[in-house]
Amino acid sequence: MTTLTPVLSAHWHEADSFTLAGYERGGGYRALRMALNRQPQDLTTMVKDAGLRGRGGAGFPAGMKWGFVPKDNPNPKYLVVNADESEPGTCKDIPLMLATPHTLVEGTIIAAYAIGANTAFIYVRGEVLHVIRRLQQAVADAYEAGYLGKDILGTAYDLDIIVHAGAGAYICGEETALLDSLEGRRGQPRLRPPFPAVAGLYASPTVVNNVETIASVPAIVANGVDWFRSMGSEKSPGFTLYSLSGHVTHPGQYEAPLGITLRELLDMAGGVREGHELKFWTPGGSSTPILTAEHLDVPLDYEGIAEAGSMLGTKALQIFDDTTCVVRAVLRWVEFYKHESCGKCTPCREGFWWLVQIMERMEAGDGTDADLEKLLDLSDNIAGRSFCALADGGVAPITSSLEYFRDEYLAHFENGGCPFDPAASVLFGQGFAHRVVEA
Amino acid sequence: MSGEESSATRDLSETTGSNGEEPNVVPDLGGEPAETGSWSDEHVPRTTEVRGELDDSVREEMREIIARYPQSRSALLPMLHLVQSYEGCVTSAGIEMCADELGITAAEVSAVATFYTMYKRRPVGDYHVGVCTNTLCAIMGGDAIWASLSDKLGIGQDETTEDGRVSLERVECNAACDFAPVVMVNWEFMDNQTPDKAGELVDKLRDGESVKSTRGPSIGTFKEASRVLAGFPDGRAGEGEQAGAATLAGLVLAHEHGWAAPEGGRPELENTAAPASGSPGASSTTAGDNGGAQDQSKEGS
Repeated sequence: MTTLTPVLSAHWHEADSFTLAGYERGGGYRALRMALNRQPQDLTTMVKDAGLRGRGGAGFPAGMKWGFVPKDNPNPKYLVVNADESEPGTCKDIPLMLATPHTLVEGTIIAAYAIGANTAFIYVRGEVLHVIRRLQQAVADAYEAGYLGKDILGTAYDLDIIVHAGAGAYICGEETALLDSLEGRRGQPRLRPPFPAVAGLYASPTVVNNVETIASVPAIVANGVDWFRSMGSEKSPGFTLYSLSGHVTHPGQYEAPLGITLRELLDMAGGVREGHELKFWTPGGSSTPILTAEHLDVPLDYEGIAEAGSMLGTKALQIFDDTTCVVRAVLRWVEFYKHESCGKCTPCREGFWWLVQIMERMEAGDGTDADLEKLLDLSDNIAGRSFCALADGGVAPITSSLEYFRDEYLAHFENGGCPFDPAASVLFGQGFAHRVVEA
Repeated sequence: MSGEESSATRDLSETTGSNGEEPNVVPDLGGEPAETGSWSDEHVPRTTEVRGELDDSVREEMREIIARYPQSRSALLPMLHLVQSYEGCVTSAGIEMCADELGITAAEVSAVATFYTMYKRRPVGDYHVGVCTNTLCAIMGGDAIWASLSDKLGIGQDETTEDGRVSLERVECNAACDFAPVVMVNWEFMDNQTPDKAGELVDKLRDGESVKSTRGPSIGTFKEASRVLAGFPDGRAGEGEQAGAATLAGLVLAHEHGWAAPEGGRPELENTAAPASGSPGASSTTAGDNGGAQDQSKEGS
């Protein structure tokens, strides 16, 4: 049986976990001292050897990303932390930054040192005011303690961290759109290549990493590659935050080795809402194709989920039980992608516009068999035909739900409307069964 | 969200005058179909002259923001938050001031301001209430909460009560799905809502009673929140919880079962002054475990 392995979350129960004193009491900033004693390239090698993969969705090896930064480029190098957590279902970075912002600050300093950056940005979505306060305070305290600024801990290394609040745009979680946004523009993705490692922020070499990725770095530095690799699998090593939400008895954050299964996690979380069965779930946010109860034993790692036809994404496990109308769920997601399309690429901008109209017709019971084919045809003309992955992710709910629940779409025609009662899905009256916590 | 908002955004492009001159009026920005389609702050005339509360001290603050960044234009998003902290929305005067300070055109600033949903074209209420109606929250009860609040307040999407206290918005996923259904007030979390709880919440807000975020401080006004977003801290980071119940679900279970990550290994970087075992969170789940290690590590480098 796989058990939980709290590393990032290990101190979250301590009431002052977000303060500098609380963080240092738990061993905080020791990894930074160790890191600054080494050559920057050693740290890149270490993160490469550890096999740390990006936790923001794509799973790209972090050390490799760092290694792409050209040494001979005369421009300043930049590190940008992607804290624009907005993928529907994803809710891991926000509680991490609320509870232990210094983990992120420490990781940021180490990563910036590794790539030779003297300026780093934390681009945090604007709609999380208290998280922004905590980050601002953590950065200010780190300056005060000599972990930031000039001549950090007497090593002659200088670093500034700027906490930058976004302003409401899902697309800014896409790394090149984020860079445009950080340059004070509309957040629209860029054509790649050139990749940010070569020409990113201000056309300078830039590494963009997710919050959880960067926050995992201090533990790797402090405990070593073998320790990290003792968790997870060969290709997906380490620990990670799994976020359970929806129709589950105890929703929340569960930190476990990569490769744990949903069956195991659901057992830990008290199972699906009492009296109900699992109907469908997302492994990593709404942009990852939905899965069903037949996938309960698939290892939740990059390879396992890919083999099952989806993606690990952000490990945002949204659980929907048998009361949920899949057509309603998918329509709402497609409306989201329509709303969040930045408008740059025609297939995405126009395509989601049309998809929403067909889906609305479908949900109202006015659809036809031809509409189902049209949904697939449109999806096929959106995915892979735009600059960024929003288009691919946005059609995933449609194509995957049609694969598993085609009959339910048909039932809407036959029934002349939605056969489900939305009131049966709500959590009210069930009580909120959160675990009792003692700090 | 509403199609109107999207279509308004879609109509915009980064146009300047075709003769290359900087336009001295704010371009037509679309907006709700029923409106004339401008930044509808009637008290501010459409000129480059700055009025209202945007005086020279605001300019100074804008320069302070600009000074944080390697390149000035990066300051635009926080500058627009700053405008909202004075005006309650992005006004044409604010756009002009941003453009002036950054040396770009008002059209360029408008193009940015209209792209992001947090920048408001009309003043929102003192308390801007966002109900998450993305799929997960909607199904768990967000749709019911939205319907009940909209009905109770008599306002719809992006509308404000007549007393100016509360405005409503359907928001997209706010990264708190384990606390669904979620309502935001001035971007502070109100977790695990029901129609009844949300109803009481807006009653209190309208009555001027203090409301505490479920994972944060007592909630300030929209303008106060905007100032923090602009990068001017309000000194309240220490208020509120470090974590909500759902955040701790796994950790509490691990404590119950005695589950932990493996003991810290002997890292390759060991030839430093730092102590050997432990790490941020590696093997200890209690505060005291690593306490003694601190003294040794002070020398660092």
